[in-house]
Amino acid sequence: MNTVDILFYLLSAFAIVSATMVLISKNPIHSVLWLILVFFAISGHYILLNAQFLAIVNIIVYAGAIMVLFLFVIMLMNIKKDAEPQKQLLVKLTGVIAGGSLLTLLIAVVKQTAQIQNKQVLLKEGTIGLIHPLGKALFSDYVIPFEISSVLFLSAMVGAVIIGKK
Amino acid sequence: MSIQYYIILCLTLFSIGVVGVLTRRNAIIVFMCIELMLNAVNLLLVAFSKMYHGMALQNAADTTAGIDAQIFVFFIMVVAAAEVSVGLAIIVMMYRNTHSVDINFLNRLKN
Repeated sequence: MNTVDILFYLLSAFAIVSATMVLISKNPIHSVLWLILVFFAISGHYILLNAQFLAIVNIIVYAGAIMVLFLFVIMLMNIKKDAEPQKQLLVKLTGVIAGGSLLTLLIAVVKQTAQIQNKQVLLKEGTIGLIHPLGKALFSDYVIPFEISSVLFLSAMVGAVIIGKK
Repeated sequence: MSIQYYIILCLTLFSIGVVGVLTRRNAIIVFMCIELMLNAVNLLLVAFSKMYHGMALQNAADTTAGIDAQIFVFFIMVVAAAEVSVGLAIIVMMYRNTHSVDINFLNRLKN
């Protein structure tokens, strides 16, 4: 077991525990903070996979921008800790059972699929995750989707302002 | 590292997101669980891209195979950012109308 394996297991456990805490926390602000930890763990996974650009973008966009937006909205609303009425126990149990069955089924499928047996993921090698090849691909093959996404941002901005002004 | 470990990790994160959507009533938490599911899918896409890249490297030394998945992840992040801005605006509007973020109040379309 080398360093990369240990880092993988550590980051995975960190991500899963934090994701579970997002669900368990009663206070929405604590949920947001736990979700930021999940994003940092996922960024660590990206660095482990040598996808450095995506790791930085994940931290800047998700942990930096989106989660601050969530925090702003929660603090703007001034939601009380116990304002959220709890669902009935039966509904909660049903949700957990449904999610657990989905997970069990998918893991069973993954264990048996022949195409992915003995396939290795390239860790800390490979140059496709660096900025130079990604930028080349983005501005040559994917330049039209890139420009369309700017229009999408403009429409999202206009939509958010219009919805918020009512 | 075998690809199966990555698949199982991402499936676990995705299922946690599904359970959150099914069990919580706070609209903001439901929205955050959707973000969690998006991130699980992103991580799986990057893992598959590196798997494919490793297989392509055995044939050609300077290949860029598998770079499309990372561009896709970038676009997923772009769309997620746009989606969050509109979604949170809708949640704020809902809070102004009902003074609550409980999703069970949103059943007016039922009748």
